[in-house]
Amino acid sequence: MNKLELISVLKQRSDLTKTEAAEVVQIFFDSLTDALSKDERVEIRGLCSFFIKEYKSYTGRNPKTGAKVTIPAKKLPFFKCGKELKERVDY
Amino acid sequence: MALTKTEITERVQKVLDISRTTSYDIMEDFLEIIKETLEQGEDVMISGFGKFCVNEKKARKGRNPATSKEMTLPARRVVTFKCSGKLRNMINND
Repeated sequence: MNKLELISVLKQRSDLTKTEAAEVVQIFFDSLTDALSKDERVEIRGLCSFFIKEYKSYTGRNPKTGAKVTIPAKKLPFFKCGKELKERVDY
Repeated sequence: MALTKTEITERVQKVLDISRTTSYDIMEDFLEIIKETLEQGEDVMISGFGKFCVNEKKARKGRNPATSKEMTLPARRVVTFKCSGKLRNMINND
């Protein structure tokens, strides 16, 4: 499912116009992006939580050529699946 | 302070100019759609944000760290998240 499909299902289920449904989806993911950009934690009960993890720089290797490359320090969002989602997705 | 559902519900309420209850219901509908899609084993891909993937994990042998007793961990299905390049750049201020 992609963003457009998500918008269209939400439009039907919540009885919204397409613009409104698109707005809801946009607000949701913009809010998450915004919070994470500010190093803020995100906690959506039942779905998931995110926090920013910092990774130090390290020397890696290009697996194809074997050449050494320095991987710079970076930050990545760390996803933790919520309890409800976890239980529902598992068999 | 962590960002929560309440905060997002308030933003939706303001932008759509609707009641708090309606906004809350929409948010629950929205989250339910994502959850039931993943539950059916289908990935959810949000361009500019990332992809929520459903992954099958095979059964494997593990060990209880407390008792060091060997045990078989059953096959299971888990959700993983793959961050999009755009979100990654936003987080790293590139």
